[in-house]
Amino acid sequence: MAGFLQQVVEGLGAGAIYASLALALVLIYQFTGIVNFAQGELAMFSTYIAWQCVAAGLPFWLALVLTLVVSFAGGMLIERVIIRPVEGAPELTLVIVTVGLFIFVNAAAGWIWTFLIKDFPNPFPGGVLEAGGIHVSISTLGVLGVVAVVMGLLYLLFRYTKIGLGMRAVATNPSSARLVGIRVGWMLALGWGLAATVGAVSGVLVAPVLFLEPNMMGGVLIYAFAAATLGGFDSPLGAVVGGLIVGVAETLAGAYIGVIGSDLKVGVPLVIIVVVLLLRPQGLFGRAVVERA
Amino acid sequence: MSETDSAQVKRAPAPPAAPRRPAPAGPLAGRWRWVAIALLLAAACYAPFQLVPFHVFQLTMVLVYAVALLGLNLLVGHAGQISLGHGAFFAVGAYTTAILLDHWDGMPYPVTLPLAAGVAFLLGLAFGVPAMRLRGLYLALVTLAMAIFLAPLLKRFEELTGGSMGLTLAKPAPPAWSGLAPDQWLYFLTLVVAVAAFLLAHSLLRSRVGRALHALRDNEIAAEVMGVRLSSYKTLAFAWSAMFAGAAGCVYTWVIGFVSPDSFTVNLSITMLAGLVVGGLGTLFGPLLGALFVMFVPSISQDINDAAPGVIFGLLIIAVMYVAPTGLAGLAERLIKKIPRKE
Repeated sequence: MAGFLQQVVEGLGAGAIYASLALALVLIYQFTGIVNFAQGELAMFSTYIAWQCVAAGLPFWLALVLTLVVSFAGGMLIERVIIRPVEGAPELTLVIVTVGLFIFVNAAAGWIWTFLIKDFPNPFPGGVLEAGGIHVSISTLGVLGVVAVVMGLLYLLFRYTKIGLGMRAVATNPSSARLVGIRVGWMLALGWGLAATVGAVSGVLVAPVLFLEPNMMGGVLIYAFAAATLGGFDSPLGAVVGGLIVGVAETLAGAYIGVIGSDLKVGVPLVIIVVVLLLRPQGLFGRAVVERA
Repeated sequence: MSETDSAQVKRAPAPPAAPRRPAPAGPLAGRWRWVAIALLLAAACYAPFQLVPFHVFQLTMVLVYAVALLGLNLLVGHAGQISLGHGAFFAVGAYTTAILLDHWDGMPYPVTLPLAAGVAFLLGLAFGVPAMRLRGLYLALVTLAMAIFLAPLLKRFEELTGGSMGLTLAKPAPPAWSGLAPDQWLYFLTLVVAVAAFLLAHSLLRSRVGRALHALRDNEIAAEVMGVRLSSYKTLAFAWSAMFAGAAGCVYTWVIGFVSPDSFTVNLSITMLAGLVVGGLGTLFGPLLGALFVMFVPSISQDINDAAPGVIFGLLIIAVMYVAPTGLAGLAERLIKKIPRKE
């Protein structure tokens, strides 16, 4: 039993990272209806900025704040410059543009920082806590805590601020929002900025575990997609719950299902995506979309 | 119609303006198009006798990619469905051929072509059934997940696939009567497959199937009203395009004589889509131009920097989507139309 709980705890730690990237995906989908295939790469790029700051001698937490600010501005800039011209275009166009962004950001990081693996400092102290025979590393707790804080801050932003209200209005009905005087374009840019910031957090969290290199987020992205699909692409809460479930499911499947083992674990998100789309396409917390001709 | 909280009402997607077949007017239409193709074919037959073996090999690979992109074009350009995992079908074709040749001695290699294409077709059909229920975005997700899952799967079934070491095979040798060098023989084999694939795709698109696919791409609801069975056509488009990719994968194995999981990463799928977009979605020459890109952009720009091909591809895709949704092929067609014609 303790072994099982141990696996669950480790799954939650992995799941928290998927949840943070899924949260970024959902933020953008909510506002623009775009699934941003470049989200993971943007997170990776932000992580490189943090690494560069630390390498330049800045203390970690200052580097982190700087990274988040740069990511926020970068996300807004990308929305204004790259996404804006294809706003409202068919899905095929949107997917192809974000895939283009994916290829470009990935290669640009490789060009600037080379494809060699870099060591990224772990913001949390090492060491392990023990309770009832279960070992939890402090960094796992730290990751879970950070994701909870991010989730809480987003909730406060959307629930209690005027900007958040405006963003929710835009997500619900852009034309009506524009009629009551909300600057829809800026709200969309703000959505991308927020998503890039949340993505940067997930990149910084994942970097000490996976090591920093341009293809770092490629593997995480597919889990984040599974998490967002499971939770519902228009539900931030769903993304977090979905991420945790995907993390636990993956860890348990790797540990207890002999056929899967550790090398076929990446099949778990594929199965989750297909099953969810076939049984409940809107996800656990998502709203069903009714199509009008 | 009022909007409720529980069900958000969305309008049906507007007819996509992006990939559209160029109007059949202009100097490249009708007979002239076939003259251009005949000239191209003549040049293609002449080239291997003038080039060094390495360049012949490069041209062979261009044709291999062209066959795969022809399939992808059927799905993305003509049917308007997104696939980010076409490298997986390519890999399935390649591995089917490799396993057949490896496990059965004396297996004549031409037999592997229909088998590889058939396996890919069936797999495409199997994935097409869930695909027909998915909207564009989700289809992209599922195909991407599929492409990511393939490499570990191939590594796992070691006794069949050779694991991460891959399989090494003998390349088809030229028969004595032909008098060709091995690289030229492979080139002509590939050329025959490519021409056959081209004719097959072309006649498929000119039939009622092609019209149904275009209708389904341009406006699903209107297509359904006109009697196009959406689910069966989406599934079939997926399966056909997988079949082309499988055939291309088979020829790839003939030409390279080696398969390993690392040759078929997600990057292959993404590069294929990128090449097709740059070449021209839904156009006749798009797959060929795209294949030239997939082959030559990396090998030329790698001298600048390892990352240069990615930077170029990424920027090009975004630029193409803005200014020339029909890619280079569409751009060329527009330029030719601008040339004043003699009366």
